[in-house]
Amino acid sequence: MNDATWTGYLRSDGRKGIRNLLLVVYTVQCAQHVAHQVASGEPDTHVIGFPGCYDNEYAIRLLLALARHPNVGGVLAIGLGCEYTQPARIADAVRLSGRPAEAFFIQEHGGTVPSIEHGKQLLADLRRRSAEAPRVEMGWAELVVGAECGGSDASSGLAGNPVVGRFFDWLVDQGGTAIFEETVEMIGLRSILSDRAADPVARKQIEDAYDKAEEYCRSVRQYSISPGNFAGGLTTIEEKSLGAVAKGGSRKIQGVIRVAEPPRRPGLWLLDSVPDPTFMQFGYTNPNDTEGIIDLIAAGAHIVLFITGRGSVIGSPISPLLKITGNAETFRKMSGDIDFNAGCVLDGSATLQNAALSLADLVRRTAAGEPTRPEALGHREYFIMYKHQNTPSLQEGCRA
Amino acid sequence: MQPKCVQICREDNVATLLHDAGAAADVEVVGEAAQGIVRATEPIRAGHKLALLAIQAGEPIVKYGFTIGEATRPIAAGEWVHLHNCRSRHDEGSSSLDLQTGVRGETRYE
Repeated sequence: MNDATWTGYLRSDGRKGIRNLLLVVYTVQCAQHVAHQVASGEPDTHVIGFPGCYDNEYAIRLLLALARHPNVGGVLAIGLGCEYTQPARIADAVRLSGRPAEAFFIQEHGGTVPSIEHGKQLLADLRRRSAEAPRVEMGWAELVVGAECGGSDASSGLAGNPVVGRFFDWLVDQGGTAIFEETVEMIGLRSILSDRAADPVARKQIEDAYDKAEEYCRSVRQYSISPGNFAGGLTTIEEKSLGAVAKGGSRKIQGVIRVAEPPRRPGLWLLDSVPDPTFMQFGYTNPNDTEGIIDLIAAGAHIVLFITGRGSVIGSPISPLLKITGNAETFRKMSGDIDFNAGCVLDGSATLQNAALSLADLVRRTAAGEPTRPEALGHREYFIMYKHQNTPSLQEGCRA
Repeated sequence: MQPKCVQICREDNVATLLHDAGAAADVEVVGEAAQGIVRATEPIRAGHKLALLAIQAGEPIVKYGFTIGEATRPIAAGEWVHLHNCRSRHDEGSSSLDLQTGVRGETRYE
């Protein structure tokens, strides 16, 4: 298992992908229907888009990080023709990353039906060119895995998240990269987290991210705990936080990254998706699970592990989502949707370590091309909205 | 089948039920810090917490070896610990929720 390898796709920035997908990117809600119709019936083509007409630097950084993700081999950007966000500039930036890219406006191609036809032709050309991506051997040290939890119940903190945490420890020990997020689900745990910092810089980053998340929750009077969590037996945000942080395992935290910023070196990283204060005071943090998953993919995650005690049916574009539950009953009820039953550690049929190694094998098979349940079902949910985050540091390493 | 609950850390004063427990059910405490048997004083659903010992009002509720909230009134051993007798030390809204569904009462739909 430790020296497992699989075939990946080499990108010009040196990163490797586990899929070679085409991505349609729309630049305003008005282009959403055409974009989805262009991708319809094309199993290798996923769609993302930004609904707003007025552009937003955060959203553009996010769209570009997704369009230049290692799992993406080619990009088609589609706009209506009067919005601020420019499809041609997205295509230019993607071409600079060594990938084929095209762009057009619906208003310049005669409306819905001609635009869908034009888009399909461009897609066929992009598919031919993206097939030229070099195929190379890839292993754990080049893999980036994200973790997110949603629809949590008591099993998430007892089984689902601890199994993912143990797998993260193992992945980091193999030289791989692990990213966890949801700083608003770390409320009450400031010292536990900052004591895990790899160095003083990371400690300061963790404390700043924690303080921002706590201030945010206090200001909006909304903590990241939902009616379903309470009904499932969780009583306070502190209790949910302890269960949520378990998915981050026990290794040192190398630092905090913001949305659209990849980790600068292997190891365990914390992703901060909370808006930074700005004069407009807009942007909501963790509005739903899909936003967090998209943020992890934008950080370069090849695969995202999604832990759901109560059971969720979502998937993701670009990077496969592997759904894990710690609740054996949920696994039985929703076995068509859920990939992995971590409930085995609660009935005594597996140890945490055995379950983590079984999960590692599933991650390996997914990296090698085996479709996950949400992938096979065609779930491709995405969520990109207005937000403000201060521009991430560009001083160390390169941004995707 | 005897219901079971998990005690995660030795210093925890609550445990999480793996099965539904009826009133007066003897619940087996399992986990690395297992302590034997505690009798449920009321029906408690799987996933919810029961007190392993008597807790005074204002005392911390401890799970994972860490304070997850504080008792808002005295809690007997075997009692259900949830929104009606435990509040967050961070989230001041945690006491305004429906005990069964967790739904917030203050949001208006008009």
